[in-house]
Amino acid sequence: MTNAWTDIKNTDLVVVMGGNAAEAHPCGFKWVTEAKANRGAKLIVVDPRYTRTASVSDFYAPIRPGSDISFLMGVIRWCMENDKVQWEYVRNYTNAAFLVKEGFGWSDGLFTGYDEEKRDYDKESWDYQIGEDGYARIDPTLQDPRCVWNLLKAHVEAYTPEFVENICGTPKDKFLQICEMIGECSAPDRVMTSMYALGWTQHSKGAQNIRGMAMLQLILGNIGMRGGGMNALRGHSNIQGLTDLGLMSNLIPGYLNIPTEKEPDWQTYISARGFKPLRPNQTSYWQNYPKFMVSFMKAMWGDAATAENDWAYHYLPKLDVPTYDVLRMFELMKHGQINLYFCQGFNPLLSFPNRAKLTEALSRLKLLVVMDPLETETAHFWENHGIHNDVDSAAIQTEVLELPTTCFAEDEGALVNSGRWLQWHWAGGTPPGEARHDTWIMANIFLRLRKLYQDEGGVFPDPILNLTWDYADPSEPTPEELAREMNGRALKTVYDAKDPSTVLVEAGKQVKNFTQLQDDGSTMCGCWIYSGCWNEDGNNMARRDNSDPGDAGMFLNWSFAWPVNRRILYNRASADMQGKPWDPDRKLIEWTGEKWEGYDVPDIGVTSKPDEVMPFIMNQEGASRLFTRGMMRDGPFPTHMEPFESPLKNVFNDKMRGNPVSRVFADDAAQFATSDEFPFVATSYRLTEHFHYWTKHNKVNASLQPEFFVEISEELAAEKGIAKGGRVRVWGKRGEVWAKAVVTKRIKPMICDGKTVHVVGIPLHWGFKGAAKKGWGPNSLTPFVGDANVETPEFKAFLVNIEPSTEEPVA
Amino acid sequence: MSGTAPQPTTAAANPPVQPMEAGFGTRDLVRVSATADLPAPDRQLTKLAKLIDVSKCIGCKACQSACVEWNDTTPEIGENVGVYENPHDLTPDMFTLMRFSEWENPATNELEWLIRKDGCMHCEDPGCLKACPAPGAIVQYSNGIVDFIHDNCIGCGYCVTGCPFDIPRISKTDHKSYKCTLCSDRVAVGQGPACAKACPTKAITFGTKDDMLALADDRIEDLKSRGYDNAGVYDPEGVGGTHVIYVLHHADKPGIYSDLPENPRISPIVEGWKGVTKTAGMAAMGVAAAGALLMGLFSRGNKVEAEEEVAAERLVRDREDI
Repeated sequence: MTNAWTDIKNTDLVVVMGGNAAEAHPCGFKWVTEAKANRGAKLIVVDPRYTRTASVSDFYAPIRPGSDISFLMGVIRWCMENDKVQWEYVRNYTNAAFLVKEGFGWSDGLFTGYDEEKRDYDKESWDYQIGEDGYARIDPTLQDPRCVWNLLKAHVEAYTPEFVENICGTPKDKFLQICEMIGECSAPDRVMTSMYALGWTQHSKGAQNIRGMAMLQLILGNIGMRGGGMNALRGHSNIQGLTDLGLMSNLIPGYLNIPTEKEPDWQTYISARGFKPLRPNQTSYWQNYPKFMVSFMKAMWGDAATAENDWAYHYLPKLDVPTYDVLRMFELMKHGQINLYFCQGFNPLLSFPNRAKLTEALSRLKLLVVMDPLETETAHFWENHGIHNDVDSAAIQTEVLELPTTCFAEDEGALVNSGRWLQWHWAGGTPPGEARHDTWIMANIFLRLRKLYQDEGGVFPDPILNLTWDYADPSEPTPEELAREMNGRALKTVYDAKDPSTVLVEAGKQVKNFTQLQDDGSTMCGCWIYSGCWNEDGNNMARRDNSDPGDAGMFLNWSFAWPVNRRILYNRASADMQGKPWDPDRKLIEWTGEKWEGYDVPDIGVTSKPDEVMPFIMNQEGASRLFTRGMMRDGPFPTHMEPFESPLKNVFNDKMRGNPVSRVFADDAAQFATSDEFPFVATSYRLTEHFHYWTKHNKVNASLQPEFFVEISEELAAEKGIAKGGRVRVWGKRGEVWAKAVVTKRIKPMICDGKTVHVVGIPLHWGFKGAAKKGWGPNSLTPFVGDANVETPEFKAFLVNIEPSTEEPVA
Repeated sequence: MSGTAPQPTTAAANPPVQPMEAGFGTRDLVRVSATADLPAPDRQLTKLAKLIDVSKCIGCKACQSACVEWNDTTPEIGENVGVYENPHDLTPDMFTLMRFSEWENPATNELEWLIRKDGCMHCEDPGCLKACPAPGAIVQYSNGIVDFIHDNCIGCGYCVTGCPFDIPRISKTDHKSYKCTLCSDRVAVGQGPACAKACPTKAITFGTKDDMLALADDRIEDLKSRGYDNAGVYDPEGVGGTHVIYVLHHADKPGIYSDLPENPRISPIVEGWKGVTKTAGMAAMGVAAAGALLMGLFSRGNKVEAEEEVAAERLVRDREDI
């Protein structure tokens, strides 16, 4: 989230698209009901199904799964055409005025530079024109045909209301009514918030769905505003913490990068991260990258990381491929290239696509270790459960170890919520049986591995032997020790660069926050964005003062939010070029003539003059990006792409399937379905009664939603002769499932490009373990392909067939 | 656990945020089933109500879950029969139930998914109590709560007949009748009902009936501003008003909310079920005189440990001292 859950109470208009907040985030959704009840806010829901969120909405419109980009580009087009633009914001705070290279263009659904062979773009032309002064060229009048604004105008020209109706199946009058409601929020004193979740991410172009809305929010001037922003509702408690801490194959904590093979040495790596400002006076905060990186290396390897050995850069692995994401891991596993798989707090057999492939892959492992508080399907993939897990156990030779771990209520530590708040919590119970904290298990594995390296040596033991491990009890680092490590401390006394007689932080003390980190090895910090969470003031994550000056919804003394306790990112943009709030009733910070102050921690140097330093300090431009240069693999603007399995051909280019730059493994390409065989569009989702695959183990939750079902329209039910509550078989190119049928008015057929499109809704909470009735997840059916940028699997749009079934599963 | 992490100070809870009047008991009874000569209480408690704002309800079933947890019941893990209701009806183990209805509004041609939390309405004029032949099995306190005293229940099912909302359910296991207690055991120690505490969107609030009616007025005004011209409160007069009231977007059509009665009344048969008929009925059933009426009143179905009892008493005493 750019903003915070509590801030949603400040909005005038909530758009829930690509998510179902009432269903999947009922507690956070209370802030929507607060905004509605106390501010008269309106709620719009755009979804293939009339959802629980829709049930309390002011306006609902249907949309075909996987067509969101067309809808969003259509809204942008409408706003540009109807002058629903926050002009001062767009001119100054976005890159609308930046001039783009002559070579850049778009035709036949593709941007310039496409290489079909490589399934990749040459992005050379996707960049600004750079002047002789080294800065990007701009035209503040927005007249130049090469400025971003005019290129965007040309780009969205195709997305007329008629086009949107044709592609999305959204009736034109409903689309236009939504445009009107959204357009009102271009006024400086009207603010809209976007709440989205996996309904946008789980597509082969998920990142571009989100880009589409982010661009719209910039055009409306709603980023950095109270009640505005782009608000990703994270799907797991602490999944925000997972990404923050870099639990991805290509990341280091705090969104730093694991080096690639093309960066064999420190100089190459760090010089590619200079982040020189692209406009005069701009902050370009990532210029501090070396400070964060060196402090991380010192946290990892302490005295073994020195200036002389480039901070032990040679200890870091170098990626030979962009990512070792879960899809790639299972692909490798299937081909026998992985022997041992550690599965921690994760149930891939139900949560990753093409279950048949996952089972085949797991069967080729020598050893599978599962760390989980519950008996997961993954840990029992080899067990025959009849129709529900029809495997030949005798043929599977994988050894499986289950290490029981604690659940959240048995842990102490911080959970990071969607709003980036690190909220400390205390253990509410002691672990049952042999369950152990994950930290104990990992520490003990590490200690034994280290001993092996000590005793027996190895090809390259140094990174293991020299890893900093100075915990009081080496076999069980405490949450406090780990949190203090993430905050960082001074290894030597640090002096103020501007005034060397002033001590910033004494040796051995916790740094106040990341502004004190250094690139000379005098500080260490495990995760720079968390710095400030546990400094010399103590555990700031444990703060529980819910006072709220100005009723602003900021709650600065409740827990700790990264970065530096800031609650709304880009909050400098809530004020105009003179530093006055666009809307005095929504003041966040304002310029006093000397400095910035207000209800939130300013997202700008506190003495940075408002007419000089622009709000988007992390960007080299100082401005936000309507055009992303080469940062996204699939284009600097979002463009309409069909899902890999779609009932329609891409209207821009009928040869193009799915996202033209998504990575597709050969076996999987052969398994994409066509609508001739599989005529119906399926989509997956959560239900409020359950949390993923956990709560089916709980008798209360199981009683509230006991059995796997799919949802279909009355029209499809009639066409197929399916009765309400009857048993159906749903099958696709990769598998089949049996379920009860919920026949509902909440799903209606849509007409897209002249075809009737039926949607089959498939919730995801059932498996073959737990208290609930045995069932399946949608992943038995879904395609093994991910988003082109981040490899999130395409769970939200795929093809199936459905028929009535009398067959009772044999349990 | 680390010793240095400061312990949390609890934030203001979900509604109710104010301490509620505490410590009511047998001396506050205004009605007791099959008992004619109940002495009038020497005080009148403030009338309470639970407000269920259907327009804010997202159907998440947190209320059902909280109800199960608090009352320590074990609803069956059933099956899906093509709808979202689970269990499929109120049961002796499920005192409240979200009911879902898909309604196409003829005025707008738009679909509305109407979700209503069903359960005991705690009628001011309770049909169940009037129908009940077992002395002391059903009682009403002066704050409006209607409660079942299971030790006195004979499982005859007359309360089911007497209820205009079809709420009580007879257990096949212990042959007692069960329904929502309005969490009388929580309210007695200054807490709100478990469902209200669990509700994430404040669709369920609890407080004095006057406050709840005022809150309902606010909500109705908001709904009217959104085009729900017939928004209103459901507090049916036919049963003397209720202590569970609804805000409905379409108060002119309660029936569209999964058959909420348009004009609930106690059945005339039950109304006439007083004096001679009732005594005769009891004799016919061979019910022993339930002399231990007041003694048995607080032996609830809830399992309360001795130390909890002591703690609760201390809490009540302390509150009264304040």
